Amino acid sequence: MRFYALSVYLFLYTPIAIIALFSFNAGRHASQFQGFSTQWYGRALKNPFVMDALETSLLVALVSATLASVLGTLAAVGLQGIRGPARAVFDGIIYVAVMIPGIVIGIATLIALVTVFDVLNPWLATLWPAAGQPPSLSMGIGSLIAAHTMFTMALVIIIVRARLGSLEQALTEASADLYATPFGTFRQVTLPLIAPAILAGFLLSFTFSFDDFIIAFFVAGSETTLPIYVFSSIRRGVTPEINAIGTMVMVASLLLLIVAQLVLRRGQRR
Amino acid sequence: MTRRERNWLLVAPAGAWFLVMLVLPLSFVFVFSFGERGPAGGYVPAFTLEQYANLPARWTAFKNTMVLAPLGTLAALLIAYPLAYQLAVRTDPRWKTLLLVLVIVPFWTSILIRSYAWIFILGGQGIPALLAALGIEDVRLIYTPFAVTVGIVYGYLPLMVFPIYVALDRLDKRLLEASSDLGARPFATFWQVTLPLSVPGVATGCMLVFILLMGEFLIPALLGGGKVFFVGNALVDLFLQSRNWAFGSAVAFTLILIMLVTVAIYMRLIARLQVRRDDVAIM
Repeated sequence: MRFYALSVYLFLYTPIAIIALFSFNAGRHASQFQGFSTQWYGRALKNPFVMDALETSLLVALVSATLASVLGTLAAVGLQGIRGPARAVFDGIIYVAVMIPGIVIGIATLIALVTVFDVLNPWLATLWPAAGQPPSLSMGIGSLIAAHTMFTMALVIIIVRARLGSLEQALTEASADLYATPFGTFRQVTLPLIAPAILAGFLLSFTFSFDDFIIAFFVAGSETTLPIYVFSSIRRGVTPEINAIGTMVMVASLLLLIVAQLVLRRGQRR
Repeated sequence: MTRRERNWLLVAPAGAWFLVMLVLPLSFVFVFSFGERGPAGGYVPAFTLEQYANLPARWTAFKNTMVLAPLGTLAALLIAYPLAYQLAVRTDPRWKTLLLVLVIVPFWTSILIRSYAWIFILGGQGIPALLAALGIEDVRLIYTPFAVTVGIVYGYLPLMVFPIYVALDRLDKRLLEASSDLGARPFATFWQVTLPLSVPGVATGCMLVFILLMGEFLIPALLGGGKVFFVGNALVDLFLQSRNWAFGSAVAFTLILIMLVTVAIYMRLIARLQVRRDDVAIM
């Protein structure tokens, strides 16, 4: 049994190790190791396409994870006090949001937004004062953020709601008995207690958005995110540059995970 | 402001977002699936079932998905279960968390990069080259159903291990002792106690993996090389290459329908399995 577990770990980590190893390959060939070098890291970091894609990915992930955490938490708190058919509809929508494959969310968003934009753009053009270029709505960072926020908000609501459900009602009641306003109770009692769940939701949202390829592939318009860049590079042929980018992304997400764990631990101890 | 109004105010932004970015787009897919393709691609309003009648044109994609998604799920289950068992039941509690985290860490890194690693390993310079050195020539691994299955198992193994681990970890270990005290051999204990009690974890893991696989695009795109493709690959082709929105919508809607039906049947089966177990327990 021990041997079995060991071989599964080997299975899980060998591919990752190979990517990391070949990112230090001196040669151009992706499959023959020709000596140690860090040149591909330098090249990746100097490649303007990579840096642009990285910037877009970070911006989209940061904005959508922030929006999702704030709006998702508000919704989870509000939903606690809502019962009846409205609640059932809302729960159904959250369920659909996480069940529907990402690819279907991608195409649905694409056709809906393109169709709506095609209707709105002539309107905007006529309403716009004569001078200057009228604004034109198109697929891009905005649609990307909107789509990622939709999906990750559903995740945040699920996580925060689970945490809210496990809280003692007595705490908020005690706070109200001590004449705290509803907002005061929320800020001083509920919020600190659900903070770890919100942080977990934020991190999950950030990672999802940063790693997402399939939704972005449809809704990013002419923008390129890092996964889109990596995918199209792989299609053109494998180079050690992709290994270097992959290794950096893996190390970065690992560090993020460790930092998050430390923050959560410290929060719990307090 | 009453409490009721305040609650609605809190929920409103999220609700509006879901309405515009989920409900509205999905209704577009539904409506477009009854439409027609425009001369230059896109969509022309119509009410026709032509797109649905055309579905057999993409039969291979549906067939591959319906064969390889359950097969990949099963393979992941068979590999994940013994590991989850080892971690939950046989491992020193001091090491449990660390070992579990080690299973989950790969899942936190990009599936794109992890699948890409297998192009390397299964490609001409990888395992086939090693086999050739051993005298086994002409083994082709990449761009086969096998490669796609390996990619699936590799990509989704953590997602399968986790729920099974949770179910086995919660299991009252005294039950296992009781079973062996009553003279059951280890295998009988596993078969009659451990396995039935881990059914909820197995069910959750299988469902998570299966649902994600139904919409999979990346793994077949990278490891199937155009020879082994899923419905997801057909959808990318229909929307981004041939721009046939009406037919693409019909394919997407059919995919959702198949998913819902399969999950419903599956949940019913699991529920029945658990009811039957309760009967046995009462006897």
